[in-house]
Amino acid sequence: MEDEQNTVNKDVILRCKDLTKKYTSGLVRTKTVLGAKNATFDINRGEIVALAGESGSGKSTIAKMILRLIEPSSGTITLNGKNINSYSIREYYRQVQAVFQDPYSAFNPFYKVDHVINRAFGLRKDNPDADERREIIESTFMSIGLNPKEVLGRYPHELSGGQMQRLLIGRALLIGSQLLIADEPTSMIDASTRAGVLNLLLNLKDEKDLSVLFITHDIGQAQYISERVLIMKEGEIVEQGSVHDVFTKPEHPYTKELLAAVPSLYEKWDEVV
Amino acid sequence: MAEHILEVEDLKGYYRGVFGVVHAVDGVSFNLGRNVIMGIAGESGGGKSTLAQLVSGSPPPLLHHESGKILVDGIDIYNIKPEQLRTEVKCKRMSYVPQASMESLNPVKRIKDFIFDVVGQRTGKRVSSKERKEEIVEMATNHLKTLGLDRPVLDRYPHELSGGMKQRVVIAISTLWNPKLLIIDEPTSALDVTSQKRMIRALLNLKQIGIIESMLYISHDLTSLRQLCDKCMVMYAGKIAEIGDMDGIIDDPQHPYSRLLTAAIASYDSKGKRIDELKSIPGSPPDLRTPPTGCRFHPRCPYVMDICKTKEPPMVMVEDGKRGASCWLLTSEGG
Repeated sequence: MEDEQNTVNKDVILRCKDLTKKYTSGLVRTKTVLGAKNATFDINRGEIVALAGESGSGKSTIAKMILRLIEPSSGTITLNGKNINSYSIREYYRQVQAVFQDPYSAFNPFYKVDHVINRAFGLRKDNPDADERREIIESTFMSIGLNPKEVLGRYPHELSGGQMQRLLIGRALLIGSQLLIADEPTSMIDASTRAGVLNLLLNLKDEKDLSVLFITHDIGQAQYISERVLIMKEGEIVEQGSVHDVFTKPEHPYTKELLAAVPSLYEKWDEVV
Repeated sequence: MAEHILEVEDLKGYYRGVFGVVHAVDGVSFNLGRNVIMGIAGESGGGKSTLAQLVSGSPPPLLHHESGKILVDGIDIYNIKPEQLRTEVKCKRMSYVPQASMESLNPVKRIKDFIFDVVGQRTGKRVSSKERKEEIVEMATNHLKTLGLDRPVLDRYPHELSGGMKQRVVIAISTLWNPKLLIIDEPTSALDVTSQKRMIRALLNLKQIGIIESMLYISHDLTSLRQLCDKCMVMYAGKIAEIGDMDGIIDDPQHPYSRLLTAAIASYDSKGKRIDELKSIPGSPPDLRTPPTGCRFHPRCPYVMDICKTKEPPMVMVEDGKRGASCWLLTSEGG
C-alpha cells in the first residue's frame, strides 16, 4: 500500500501494473489462453492513448478489466492512485465511462434516446430538476456539436451511427467522467462521418482534459488521434511509446510487420506480388 | 470478341416493396476493359453492392432490373434464358463473390466434398469415380496454391480455417472455371491488416497468372482500393460521381464528393503524422425513395449553385478523357 501511495502522480489518471488475464476452458482437461500478459502502462490526464493490434490480440480484454467487467487474474489497476476495487461501483462509473463498437446496442430500441440520457443523471451527485436537466443536456450537446433539436425526442433507428456515437460520448461528459474507454468506436460508422467522432475526442481532450484509451485496429486512426500508442500481440504489449517514434521508427519485429501491412492512401506498396 | 469485358449502359435497378420504390442504382453507364481492375468506392447506401448484384445477373428478390443493358463479354445477360445465363455466363465468363460469402461454406462438409458438390452441380454429373475426384482435387490444389493456400486445406472443415482462409477458399471455388471477370464485394472488410494484405496479394496473383482477366472490386476502404486497382468509380446515391484512373481520383479528385471523401480518411503515413485536420462530410446520404432533384449531392455539397438543385449534371471528361466527373462546377455553366 505504501508503495502505491508513493507512486501517486497528479498527472497519471490510470495505471495498470502487470495485468494478466487467463481464460480457462474445460472442466477436466483444462486449456488456458492468456488474454493479457503482464500489461503495464499509464494513462495521463488529458491524453489520448491508442491501443492497437490485430483481432484476438487482447485489446478488448484490457478494456473489460479496466471497466471492471471481468476480474484480472493478477496485477493491479489504480485510478487516481487508488485501487479500482476500493471504489464503490457507482463512484467508479462516475469517473470511467465507455463507448463501444456498436452504438445501436447501447440503446433500447423501444425508448427514445432521451431515456438513456436521462438515466445518466442517476450517476450524478446532484439531483437537478427537469428544467435544469434540460439545460445541462442542451449545453452538453452543443459542446459536442449535436443540435439538441435534431436528436432529442427521436428513436435510435432515426439517427445515424455517428450521431449515436457522439451521443454516447456526450452522455459520458454529462456524468462528468475523466476517463473514456473507447473500444473501436468508429469501426461501424462510415468513413465520411468517422472524422467527426475523432475530432470530437481531440477537442474534448484539449478543452476538458478528458483522457481516452482509444482501442482500434486501424493504424491510420491511431496515428491521427493519439499521442502515445501501445502495440499488442497475443496479450502482450510488445511496444509502446510516442506515436511519432513507434510509427516512423518501429523497433519490435511485430510492429514492423504490422505497419508494413497497413495500406496507405498516399503511398503504394512496393512489392505487392 | 467484344472490346470490353463488361459494358453497362444506363442501368437502373430499384428495390420495390411495401416501403416504396428505392432508386438504388439510377442510370449508371461504364465500360470495363480487359486486364483492368476497377474499384467501386463510396459510402454505405451509395448503391455499390446493388450495382454488383445487378451485374451478377441474379438480383435478390426485392431488387428489380428496370432498364439498361449489361453486356458481359458481348452477351446481354438480361436478354438470354436463365439456363443460358447459368451455363454460358456464370463461372465461365463472370463470377460473383458476394459480401460475407465466407459463411456460405457448408459447415458439415470438408472443403473437398463441398468442391465435388459444386463441380457436380455445374457439370450436371455427380462426382463419384475415384479418378474424377483426383482430377478435381488436382485442379483445386492449383487454384488454392495461387491464392497462397496448401493442399491440406481441402481436408479441413470450415470451422478449422480462419476468416481470411475461408474467404480465399471461396474465391478459389468461384474461379475454378477461370472466369474472365471476377466481381468481388468487400472481401477484406472483416479481416485485419495482415490478412488483408495477403488477400490483395492473392487477388493480384490470380490476375497475373491469367486465371482471371478483369476484376470489379467493391470496397468502402479507399486505402486498400488504392493498393489494388487501376481504375476507380466513386458512387453516390445510385449514380457515378467520378470515374477514372485510381491515382488521379486520390491525388487530384475533381468531384466535390470524392474530394471530401478522401479528406475524411485517416490514413497511416510512415513518414509521420499528417498535420491537416480530417473533415467529415456534413449531413447524411439521402433517402433514395425520394432522391433529391438535380445533382444528388447538392444538399451536402459545399459548392452548391442554383443550377445544381434543378438540373442533373453531365459527365465531364477531364485530363484527356482519363477521368470523368459529373459536376456542374466543371462545365462552362458552373464557371
